[in-house]
Amino acid sequence: MDLHLQDIHSLAEGLRRREFSALELTDTLLARLANRQQELNAFVTVTADLARQQARDADARLARGDHHPLLGIPLAHKDIFCTRGVRTTCASRMLADFVAPYDATVVQRLRQAGMVMLGKLNMDEFAMGSSNETSHFGPVRNPWDLSRVPGGSSGGSAAALAARLLPAATGTDTGGSIRQPAAFCGVTGLKPTYGRVSRYGMVAFASSLDQAGPMARSAADCALLMDAMAGHDPLDSTSHPKAAGNFSAALGRGIAGLRIGVPEEFFGEGLDPEVATAVQAAIQFFAARGARILSVHLPHSVHAVSTYYVLAPAEASSNLSRFDGVRFGHRSEQRSDLMELYCQSRYEGFGPEVRRRILIGSYVLSAGYYDAYYRKAQQVRALIREDFRRAFAEVDVILGPTTPTPAFALGDKSTDPVSMYLADIYTIAVNLAGIPALSLPCGFTAQGLPIGMQLMGDYFADELLLAVGDAYQRETPWHQQSPKEFGL
Amino acid sequence: MSTEWEVVIGLEVHVQLNTQSKIFCACPTAFGAEPNTHTCPVCLGLPGALPVLNEAAVDKAIAFGLAINAQLHRQSIFARKNYFYPDLPKGYQISQYEIPIVGKGHLDILLTDGSEKRVGITRAHLEEDAGKSLHEAFVAQSGIDLNRAGTPLLEIVSEPDLRSASEAVAYLKKLHALVRYLDISDGNMQEGSFRCDANVSLRRPGEPFGTRAEIKNLNSFRFLEKAILFEMDRQREILENGGKIVQETRLFDANKGETRSMRSKEEANDYRYFPDPDLLPLHLAEERIDRVRVSLPELPDVRRIRFMEQYGLPAYDAQVLTAHRELADYYEQVAENLDAKIAANWVMVELLGAMNKAGLEIPDFPVPAGELRLLLQRMADSTISGKIAKEIFEILCSEGGTVDAIIDAKGLRQITDERAILALIDEIIANNPKQTAEYRAGKEKLFGFFVGQVMKASHGKANPDQVNSLLKNRLLSQ
Amino acid sequence: MDKLVVERIAYLSRMKLPAQEIPVVTEQLAQIFRLVEAMRAVPTEGVEPMAHPLDLQQPLRPDEPRTGGPQRADLLANAPEAQDGLFLVPRVIE
Ligand SMILES: [Mg+2]
Ligand SMILES: [Zn+2]
Repeated sequence: MDLHLQDIHSLAEGLRRREFSALELTDTLLARLANRQQELNAFVTVTADLARQQARDADARLARGDHHPLLGIPLAHKDIFCTRGVRTTCASRMLADFVAPYDATVVQRLRQAGMVMLGKLNMDEFAMGSSNETSHFGPVRNPWDLSRVPGGSSGGSAAALAARLLPAATGTDTGGSIRQPAAFCGVTGLKPTYGRVSRYGMVAFASSLDQAGPMARSAADCALLMDAMAGHDPLDSTSHPKAAGNFSAALGRGIAGLRIGVPEEFFGEGLDPEVATAVQAAIQFFAARGARILSVHLPHSVHAVSTYYVLAPAEASSNLSRFDGVRFGHRSEQRSDLMELYCQSRYEGFGPEVRRRILIGSYVLSAGYYDAYYRKAQQVRALIREDFRRAFAEVDVILGPTTPTPAFALGDKSTDPVSMYLADIYTIAVNLAGIPALSLPCGFTAQGLPIGMQLMGDYFADELLLAVGDAYQRETPWHQQSPKEFGL
Repeated sequence: MSTEWEVVIGLEVHVQLNTQSKIFCACPTAFGAEPNTHTCPVCLGLPGALPVLNEAAVDKAIAFGLAINAQLHRQSIFARKNYFYPDLPKGYQISQYEIPIVGKGHLDILLTDGSEKRVGITRAHLEEDAGKSLHEAFVAQSGIDLNRAGTPLLEIVSEPDLRSASEAVAYLKKLHALVRYLDISDGNMQEGSFRCDANVSLRRPGEPFGTRAEIKNLNSFRFLEKAILFEMDRQREILENGGKIVQETRLFDANKGETRSMRSKEEANDYRYFPDPDLLPLHLAEERIDRVRVSLPELPDVRRIRFMEQYGLPAYDAQVLTAHRELADYYEQVAENLDAKIAANWVMVELLGAMNKAGLEIPDFPVPAGELRLLLQRMADSTISGKIAKEIFEILCSEGGTVDAIIDAKGLRQITDERAILALIDEIIANNPKQTAEYRAGKEKLFGFFVGQVMKASHGKANPDQVNSLLKNRLLSQ
Repeated sequence: MDKLVVERIAYLSRMKLPAQEIPVVTEQLAQIFRLVEAMRAVPTEGVEPMAHPLDLQQPLRPDEPRTGGPQRADLLANAPEAQDGLFLVPRVIE
């Protein structure tokens, strides 16, 4: 029985029927993980003992007749979520030894659902990056082609899922960090409506853009995870009072009559022809099943990347000020006075990309530049949201490519920040508006690299996106493909 | 020459709000705990921790805004003030910048010449306090205690309307009394619950404002006065020698009574304020404002006028008695159904004198209002004389106890039995034949001598009015 | 974007900026701000700046002090240097 090939739904079924125990499942995945970790580098920390303990607890609950659909299902958390007693590094030297004294709300909710934590997943440092190359613990490799990046910043999550090391993972998405690696690795990931999933205990990058979400093999599995993850959290002021939802129950709807918007701006110059072809085929799929395909305009979305690279670094520069070497985190040996302690610790603790973004952020907020950059970007952000509002008056979902190209090679863009930033050209507008978006596989390149498409929805349309994605996946094979070497 | 300078002063006052828990987390605010025991992931600024606003801090800010007739912003914004300091855990202070909760208002102060002056209040905003750096216990190191970090502050910024050190002190005292009236702060200046920075500049009257210096760390009314006077001299000297005032932050050194530059710390600050993305706009619902309005206590100015009308007190008495909420409450308990002016005199002279001598405030003062009231009652119903009353008050202050118990234990009850007083009078007349003869011969000045002798013989307990009339009768009837 | 500006923001950010890195960092930042130029040309007159995706009001917490929560020992466990319940730093000079 190839437990590693099964998705959450079938594993839950097997656990319920006592075909295998949660401990057996956990041990199987831990053994596989031990073999594969070295070539992928998807994990920062593996918590084998803790996982076995949690699996035993899950088995006890199963024996008592508890049938929560996530009970006993293994997962791993992006290493941006605080986990009590297990180090939380954010893939940074700054936090290499940091052990949070508390659990993030997302971690707590999924543990309460009975999920078994296998460990903490690699990522771009402080979630800043689109290739997972900025990690202090080294890059993650794409299981479809080990010479390529898995995308980022949730690259460890996407790679581990694609390699079938685990059936579920958490990610965070500030400018595409769930969707872009999901597309590069051929997995499914949801960036929920801002405010549906608590940010408490999630190390902040850019607070008004960050949102945690599920990553799995299918939209249906993401829905199961969202059932547990979403919900109002009194510890997060930006948590929406109506955050909770019944995501799984929303699945199973048809496609006929669905109004799908296709934005011209997402199909212009720079879009790889193979990606364009695969996404067009998906549009045809929906059209053939009775969806109405309409053209929509998102004229300000072309400014999304520049808007983002003002606002996100501004928030980040302030969010990352707490890493000062005083109460936690890296402290330099060179610290003859307070100023040196700060400057040296922060220089040594942060990698170049993080330092660069802190500098950008300090600049756009500083006296004389605030109005020209920060305030201006906030205004353009409002226009981007307005574009979506207008579009969603006409259509139910917007469909486009998740990324302009398939996964690129390691080292390709790592020395050119701007070209790296443009890898998120289609994903960023969604974060600026705060709306939900789902990335799911829709084909492969001739070279065998996964291609992802993105379904965007209005505020609180998360359920609709998952239902549409699920309808697509019930009739398409893409999400079930696994890389030859890893799928066996 | 020097008389031509006019001083321009504006005050920024940081008031710690007396909430139970901190402004953005549930840690207790109690003073004096073991270091870092009142901390949590939020107020330590641990990665991933997020702020949630305390509603009591909001209500107390609203109460203040209503009390100074300010415009309350129905939508205010929390902003981050970014700077690095070891007692500032997140590397930024959550404060309010562009739109504070409390907008323009005013406070009326009474000047020494009896006139009133209206002082503008620019704004009052909510923010979090920082922690403390301790230097004593370590060599070349400082210890950081973050118990105070996250305590709610209301920063109250005045207009530059104050024109002398004494005006500044009067304003600060009035503000201090107000926050205690409102019960939004304990106002404890020693513990830092009420701290003041002063912006001081000089100008020729009628000219635009001069360059100002900001003086920090003024934690008493006296220090505020001294610092301003010092700063006026310092700036005058510079200006009269043709120099220029540097805009800077200065620290008041209480030991030397002077201010000195803190230029090193202030160098090249750029706080990069921006709206805190972890917090949403603070909306004030009308119901919330109304709820606070209904719960407001009677404010000092209203109470002062009521004291003049209800108790018939002179303006000065009403002003002194309403300067502090506890004192006014105390007075009202004492004065109930008694002669209001006598009660006022007792509270202002005896009580305030004794409090001053003992260095105590009303809550710690050993004589409760009810006991003083009883004392005055015993005086009014002639159980004791005024002189005895003062003696009893002193006993109450030093030893405690109750009025009636002291009267009984020490046998201080006034002698009003006519026969007993007459017996004393007859004895005195008999023992002083010479003085009696002189009095009867017309030397009326000697009457006082006889009164004194009778009072002395009664150990001060004879009713003086009775002594007067009985004695007069006896001396005249031969 | 020039050397002086970069040095100033590095100072504000309390991050060391070694002399040999200044030219590279300056050029990278200049590139990023060239990317941002087009956005700055978007007409935005009268547009309300958007600070946040949610049109919600700040929630309020009841004023109740916590009773549980992590202990001081746990909270100080990550401190690079601590003694007697205090975080230690090089002497703070006022
Ligand atoms: Mg302030
Ligand atoms: Zn706290």
